[in-house]
Amino acid sequence: MSFLSATDGITVLIGYLIKRLLQMALVLFAVSVIVFLMMSFTGDPVFMVIPIDSTAAEIEQARRLLGLDRSLLSQYWIFVTNLLQGDFGRSYVFRQPAMDLILERLPATIEMVLVAITLATVIAVPLGVFAGANPNRPISRGIMAGSLLGISLPGFWVGMMLIFFFSVRYQFLPSSGRGETVQFLGLRLSILTGDGWSHIILPAVTLALATLAIILRITRAGMMEVMRQDYIRFARAKGASRWHILFGHGLKNALIPVVTIFGLQLGDLIAFATITETIFAWPGTGKLLIDSIYRGDRPVIVVYLMLTAFIFVAINFIVDIVYTMIDPRIAVK
Amino acid sequence: MSETLLDIRGLKTHFHTFSGLVKAVDGVSFDVRKGEVVGLVGESGGGKSVIGFSILRLIEPPGRIEAGEILFDGEDLTKKSEVEIRAVRGGEIAMVFQDPMTSLNPVYTIGRQMDEMLQLHTELAEPARRARCIRMLEDVGISEAESRLNAYPHQFSGGMRQRVVIAIALLAGSRLIIADEPTTALDVTVQSQILKLMRRQISERGAAMILVTHDLAVVSEMADRIVVLYCGRVVERGRTEDVIAHPAHPYTRGLLDSIPRITDRQHRLRQIPGTVPDIRELGSGCSFRERCFRAQPLCAEKTPELAPVRQTLDAACHFPLEETKA
Repeated sequence: MSFLSATDGITVLIGYLIKRLLQMALVLFAVSVIVFLMMSFTGDPVFMVIPIDSTAAEIEQARRLLGLDRSLLSQYWIFVTNLLQGDFGRSYVFRQPAMDLILERLPATIEMVLVAITLATVIAVPLGVFAGANPNRPISRGIMAGSLLGISLPGFWVGMMLIFFFSVRYQFLPSSGRGETVQFLGLRLSILTGDGWSHIILPAVTLALATLAIILRITRAGMMEVMRQDYIRFARAKGASRWHILFGHGLKNALIPVVTIFGLQLGDLIAFATITETIFAWPGTGKLLIDSIYRGDRPVIVVYLMLTAFIFVAINFIVDIVYTMIDPRIAVK
Repeated sequence: MSETLLDIRGLKTHFHTFSGLVKAVDGVSFDVRKGEVVGLVGESGGGKSVIGFSILRLIEPPGRIEAGEILFDGEDLTKKSEVEIRAVRGGEIAMVFQDPMTSLNPVYTIGRQMDEMLQLHTELAEPARRARCIRMLEDVGISEAESRLNAYPHQFSGGMRQRVVIAIALLAGSRLIIADEPTTALDVTVQSQILKLMRRQISERGAAMILVTHDLAVVSEMADRIVVLYCGRVVERGRTEDVIAHPAHPYTRGLLDSIPRITDRQHRLRQIPGTVPDIRELGSGCSFRERCFRAQPLCAEKTPELAPVRQTLDAACHFPLEETKA
């Protein structure tokens, strides 16, 4: 590879960004088709919005009003053109824009997920590095056995056990809700109050457990591979300290798969924290999704799924950028 | 005769593997004097590299230094604590590895990897360290050194990378360089450049070098003295001229004979019959006896000790070869 000049670099970067944006658009288009079709096959939403004793004429009218009398293709066309204009439809139940409903609850989910994934990463990476660098130590074997437990235990069970011990038996932490919130930059947040923290800790731990175990195992596998490399030996021959060799030379080389999994887990937690949110009555988007599915509130479900797809695509994009920052051999193309 | 820098006495490094005890280095003794190049020669699996790693205490489990002394400037390296030995690594004794493609960390710039060495072993401030790195790169023949500091290893060719590795090894002013097959992974044309470079740079700095290689041709050009290893033991050691011209041990003779010569009229390459025995199953007696054309019953009964055969040459053989008149 030649040494790129600064302007060449910027041209490459812009080209890359355009390419990625087009890819994102394509993915979102595909998701919109799938979501739309799926929704069309899951029952007639008209019965969700009309009174139970409506006449056939009233049903017909409601159907026309909702645009459900048109062909599938024209319904899709209306759906997409509205999407592009920023109109994501209104909830049948709340008669509010579906997007507003979700955005209102998104901060709750995101703050819980961020606490969970930070917790998981801060614990998992050092343990993974240790276990990978000393695979034969009894402590490492203990860590690995523990991680297996973390993967195997179902979240709902862990959540209930935590509630049982910390909320019921020792009455140490609250079992439900967000606690006290404060307004910050227009968002309602729990993590800025002590009471909020006491509420967030149990759901975050529940959510963190599986992610912690996965990140730990990936980190360990990467480190085991890296520690065999010559440059690790060369670093030792230079007189570098053990700490510096592990975290300076070793970890950065083991990080690519860790970042990949981190991104996937982050998206997964944001989109599907449903069970944990239900157990802890955490008023986030996951709970909204479940409620909307029960109520057949189609616009909310659709927007939720579109948003989820967008979050995944966006996270993957960021992850790809992070790759190039970690490993200079990976270039943006 | 100049002062002794490194004195290895009775070094034993064994590996306790699942399939048995491997005595990779089994009672090796030799010394290195200041400013001298000593060649460690032998076939693969002869324990050459393990000696290098033992000196810097880079042997990892299941390997262990079982016995012996490694005196560097009179201090026994085997008795030093981990923190003390870290100051020696890279500081007093530096190492160059076989494969330049893998000995540099792919995710850091050349400059950063050079700077690490100076941060670890000098008190220099950043500008001074940077200046020293640039000069060092120029010394090992890398042009546009300043901009290369920001380059990553994958942007360099194999020969260039090995130059960088050598630059890093020389950077902190080590008095002993252990070069483990430094040119084996390189093109033949690059090999001789790198060897010349190492020799010049090392002698300019008054440092000594242990050159680990299987290539007798390389050693004969570079080394002042040669130590020949077979199955973890020294079978012959002496001044390069003597060992090359008049080897006393049949194994050395065999190694020398297997170098192809352009003047040779023979069509087949000569080789040593047989293969290196399984190092886990060595009993008593000379471990070379089964491949040796001079083997006698005595060779199976008694392990030959290293003893002076001539004034400047020791060999571990019951029936050493006579000095041949050229």
